[in-house]
Amino acid sequence: MTPEPHPSSRTPADSEPAPVLEAVDVTVHYPVHHGPRGETVHALENASLRLRPGRTVALVGESGSGKSTFARTLALAQEPTSGSILLHGEPASARGRRARRAYARRVQMVLQDPFGSLNPLHRVRYLLERPLRLHGSVTGREDVEQRLRALLERVRLTPPERFLDAFPHELSGGQRQRVAIARALAVQPEVLLGDELVSMLDVSIRLEILNLLAALRDEEHLAMLYITHDIAGARYFTDEIAVMYAGEIVEYGTAEDVTQTPAHPYTRLLLDSTPDPDRMEFLAGRTNDVEDTAPDAADDDYGEPPDLVRPPSGCRFHPRCPFARPECSTDRPPRVQVADGHWAHCWLLVQPAAEETRAPSATTPEMTL
Amino acid sequence: MTVSPPLAPLTPSADRLTWRTALRRLVPANRKARVGLAIIGVYVLVAAVGPWIVQSLMGLSPTELTGDVLQSPSGAHPLGTTQDGSDVLAQLVVGTRTSLLVGALAAVVSTTLSVAVGLIGGYYGGTVDSVLGALTNAFLVLPGLPLVIVLAGYLRGRGGPFAVALVIGLTGWAWGARSKRVQTLSLRGRDFVVGARLLGESNLRIMLVEVLPNLLPVISATLMLSLVTSILAVSGLDFLGIGDLNSVSWGTMLYFAQQRQAMVAGAWWWFVPPGVAITVLGAAAGLVNFGIDELTNPRLRGAGGKAAKTRKPRKKGVR
Ligand SMILES: Nc1ncnc2c1ncn2[C@@H]1O[C@H](COP(=O)(O)OP(=O)(O)OP(=O)(O)O)[C@@H](O)[C@H]1O
Ligand SMILES: [Mg+2]
Repeated sequence: MTPEPHPSSRTPADSEPAPVLEAVDVTVHYPVHHGPRGETVHALENASLRLRPGRTVALVGESGSGKSTFARTLALAQEPTSGSILLHGEPASARGRRARRAYARRVQMVLQDPFGSLNPLHRVRYLLERPLRLHGSVTGREDVEQRLRALLERVRLTPPERFLDAFPHELSGGQRQRVAIARALAVQPEVLLGDELVSMLDVSIRLEILNLLAALRDEEHLAMLYITHDIAGARYFTDEIAVMYAGEIVEYGTAEDVTQTPAHPYTRLLLDSTPDPDRMEFLAGRTNDVEDTAPDAADDDYGEPPDLVRPPSGCRFHPRCPFARPECSTDRPPRVQVADGHWAHCWLLVQPAAEETRAPSATTPEMTL
Repeated sequence: MTVSPPLAPLTPSADRLTWRTALRRLVPANRKARVGLAIIGVYVLVAAVGPWIVQSLMGLSPTELTGDVLQSPSGAHPLGTTQDGSDVLAQLVVGTRTSLLVGALAAVVSTTLSVAVGLIGGYYGGTVDSVLGALTNAFLVLPGLPLVIVLAGYLRGRGGPFAVALVIGLTGWAWGARSKRVQTLSLRGRDFVVGARLLGESNLRIMLVEVLPNLLPVISATLMLSLVTSILAVSGLDFLGIGDLNSVSWGTMLYFAQQRQAMVAGAWWWFVPPGVAITVLGAAAGLVNFGIDELTNPRLRGAGGKAAKTRKPRKKGVR
């Protein structure tokens, strides 16, 4: 199988299929236990997202921006403080065993940490057999055995015999991650929520798994949420990209638009910092991949991670934004459409609109960092 | 749950917890605990084969009334005889079996209850947890021994020694329930439990198959300790004469020794052996308790090791 970047030229305009799973204005506030009473972590704020069959949406943002929280809410593992999750347009519910099982059959999530997501007491065989027995309508011992092998081969854990009887602690992080992926695929869901699906994998395996997922997406119309730190990589794999900062989706658009003509300063920052390690000090090593290489964060002006208990007023990015204006610190920026299906929350996009008619930020000259 | 990133990977020691290592961890890696467990093991051995050796091989009877009244230790009666002329060694060995059986029943009852209450409360949380927590607290503040004395006094030996064991088991589970609840609480938020839920597993299955096996080390420690404390409690009741006086146990031995004024008669061989048996067992329990405390409470161990991160520190013993 040759790694083949899927055509990112696909525009959302060509016959949008109806969304399978939809988040509408979802907000999640976690209670703070060892703080003053009533304080909460504002982990997710009014986030909306649509996952369509055969489409992949990337969720990118630095560590702590609320990506996992969003995915867990979509999986109904986390009760939203407000807002709703719709499955095929109907409010989704996982109250009671029956509803949970029905939901699980359609929506599966791969949790972020493969060291925590597999019970250390169970063998791989058990871990993969459960979804098959719960959702796979297996016919017997033989059938199970065959499907187990097929699953392991699918995620390139070969030969299967070597892995079936292994305990999680006998596997590497990447191998565990693939067991976790196989576990979700065993259900044959309509929606796959992948939290850092491939970040633990070697590059070669990563491409194979991405190709597998791309095939599932194209042939079986799997809808996918692809959480990643790697915005550049997301461009080649996903149709649309949602950029998150401090619990808010700050920019949304096709993968092409967001990476080629980013509208939000934070998106530009993410893009700029991806290939060039020197720039990363700007992000103060807040992304997982650069933790070791980033210089000391403390003496960096822009390095302050946002306090989610008392988030910055106005635009949450303004304390770190090189272009912050007075209004940025007082008022929440509106959602500005910069192109068809491409929008961002930023005051910079509003102001120049008075002078120019359209304001694609990529043309703002001083925006180079 | 805290504000810190929820993604901290498990420490390797927790990682390596498999069925095999879980079984191995039933024997704590701590010298005090091991010595204590070894002592308890000797008692179990005596209870298992002792009566057969004493009665069949040595031909001694714990209840037969012989003419040899209140004799000091000799070849025929290694630990002497009682005022009724019964053999003290035979009584001691048979009494060990009775005491251990009664204690084991009480321990199984209280441990089962503590696991059920702690697991269900910790797993479901919310109202269920509040109700069970209130129940647990009620049993914690109940004056345990007086209650047992009242109940046992009411029973007056009816139902045999096992009725007393039930009473002790039913009143002594609260401490254990607390520690199980705390452990379950920390397991409930773990990704593999969340993952099982997202897969559509039933709550019962998650509790029994995902959570319970991870509680095994704590459960075994509780079982051990409640075994010993139950034995002590039963012995105490028997000694006070409110247990089943027809059975031969350490407690009834002491009761009759005291009734017949063995002390005044200088018949030390009558009351010292059961006294020593009880004391040594109590010491063994103390050793196990200290040992487990050291294992689970990093503050007692100098520089905190890995267990510091994998287990919640506990103020009290594991019971
Ligand atoms: N259960 C929880 N209780 C309280 N706070 C939480 C909880 N889970 C997450 N948080 C907080 O919410 C914020 C968002 O966390 P989240 O895990 O969603 O970020 P993330 O984007 O997935 O980060 P990463 O890239 O490191 O995985 C963080 O500040 C985190 O500390
Ligand atoms: Mg995350």
